[in-house]
Amino acid sequence: MPGLQVVAGGGLLHRRLFLKESAGAAALALLRATPASAAQSQEVPGYMKAPGQGMRPYGERSPHESAVQRLVVPVTGTTGSGSSRTPLEHLEGIITPSSLHFERHHSGVPDIAPADHRLLIHGLVERPLTFDLAALSRYPLVSRVHFVECSGNSTALYAAEPLQATAGSLHGMVSCSEWTGVPLGTLLAEAGVQPAGRWLLAEGADAASMSRSIPVEKALDDALVAIYQNGERLRPENGYPMRLLLPGWEGNTNVKWLRRLKVTAEPVMTKDETSKYTDLMPDGKARQFTFPMGVKSVITSPSGGGQMLGPGLYQISGLAWSGAGRIRRVDVSADGGKTWAPAALSEPVHSKALTRFRMAWRWDGGPVVLASRAADDTGAVQPTRRALIAERGTPFRYHYHAIQSWSVAGNGEVRNVYV
Amino acid sequence: MFTCDRGVRFAIAALMFAGVTTMAGQAQRPASRSRPVVPQGPGLGVPAAEALVAAWDVSIPPDGTGLPPGSGNPAQGAQIFNTKCIACHGPEGAGSVNDRLVGGQGTLTSAAPVRTIGSFWPYATTLFDYVRRAMPYPQPHSLSDPEVYALVAYLLNLNGVIAKDAVMDAKTLPRVEMPNRAGFERAYPPRR
Repeated sequence: MPGLQVVAGGGLLHRRLFLKESAGAAALALLRATPASAAQSQEVPGYMKAPGQGMRPYGERSPHESAVQRLVVPVTGTTGSGSSRTPLEHLEGIITPSSLHFERHHSGVPDIAPADHRLLIHGLVERPLTFDLAALSRYPLVSRVHFVECSGNSTALYAAEPLQATAGSLHGMVSCSEWTGVPLGTLLAEAGVQPAGRWLLAEGADAASMSRSIPVEKALDDALVAIYQNGERLRPENGYPMRLLLPGWEGNTNVKWLRRLKVTAEPVMTKDETSKYTDLMPDGKARQFTFPMGVKSVITSPSGGGQMLGPGLYQISGLAWSGAGRIRRVDVSADGGKTWAPAALSEPVHSKALTRFRMAWRWDGGPVVLASRAADDTGAVQPTRRALIAERGTPFRYHYHAIQSWSVAGNGEVRNVYV
Repeated sequence: MFTCDRGVRFAIAALMFAGVTTMAGQAQRPASRSRPVVPQGPGLGVPAAEALVAAWDVSIPPDGTGLPPGSGNPAQGAQIFNTKCIACHGPEGAGSVNDRLVGGQGTLTSAAPVRTIGSFWPYATTLFDYVRRAMPYPQPHSLSDPEVYALVAYLLNLNGVIAKDAVMDAKTLPRVEMPNRAGFERAYPPRR
């Protein structure tokens, strides 16, 4: 039947089903559930009988959405260290509201007045220079949509048994914003990097003086000193007044509250590029400077911890991203990976950005296992958990990017499962 | 945990208007590898005074460049540790609410590796750099340089890396051979 083409096991339907041009009305009629009779009052509601509230200088979301919150996970014994996670299962599209952008801080969020803040560029340069926010705001700005992902995102999936939690609790240390800033290459050109300068020590103005060594090559490629996020100045917890933005690279290298860039010949070997954020392999060697985040996807609706509302037509929705470039394709399975079918990607697809995929699905009410598998434009394909762990072992800790599977039970319960 | 109170179910009518998607796998523009043009700036950088650079430049690389004057030994470090560090890191760095700092040698190939200064950290200079910039957690930048040298000496001695009477200063610290010095492989630049 046109528009009702089953494309893979478990009830996956052709992606054209949800497109106006091709979905046959007759086919859709067959799928349409019979809605329960509406209990809607016939009275004119009170909010239509009197003028509503006035304008306000800074908006707030509807109070009816106040339950949509980041999951805050502090490091024991501290208030300012740890993470808060984006509730991916409650969001749609690709832009994360700034208020819900994930956080990972190493010693809290500093309260910085822009007048007190400078970015110092020094080291192997011709001219050591400082820049304040007012100066940077006069530079040629560029705006780009990019994800930031903590390299420790999804680390719970290294555990032997699947943790029961939502998509956001497990994978919500990834967020995506439109970032506006000054290309770092412009500032480095002004300071004049000497030929021996191959690395940059980037340091934040937080109480941890968070610091990472960054290759100059990346700085000249697509790095920004970001000063706006989603159209307004950065949020304090995202680096106000200025942060480093290294598209596609592990979150902690995108140093927030950026205060200092020292051009060096070799890495400084800071704590967060030796003792932490290095990848211990089964042979006892640790990989260092594993910067790009791997190609990855996760179905956000339905999500682990959720409850289906009965058999019928659903839209599977999820996010895919890659630190190497654009998402080229996302396949979805509803039979635990036996058969797959391509999902629709929501345009535009940005490089090194969250990409929304959607897939039509008729759930027959029986047990199924949903999964998504992303591929990027370098040809890299998201691995299975089994393959990832066979290569790395489980003490690896960072850069988890394997296929996520959700089981849907006959009673509608959605759970995290290993396949 | 949340439930899917927002609902994953869609009204068919709403879906009819969701006409802005394209098919996956359609030809996309290839990833551009060309170097973006660096825009010319207005030249507003303010020359940084030498004194400012000297005051701000606290990072210490493995060769020890920039290590300050002063020195400290393990006994002095033990006194500071037992006052300012023990609450989070436990007696003799055995770990408490926060990281264990001692032991773990020989565990890196096991199923439960213990990553400490002695078993994992490749450079002793990192310890000075990190303690001076970030520790103790509630009061970073509160220790004097000799106090940092003393703490570093204490932690290295607890890990069996230096002798009990060894003195750490700008000359001796970069020469310390960490047990896991050869335990790291650089993944950057990537093999192309």
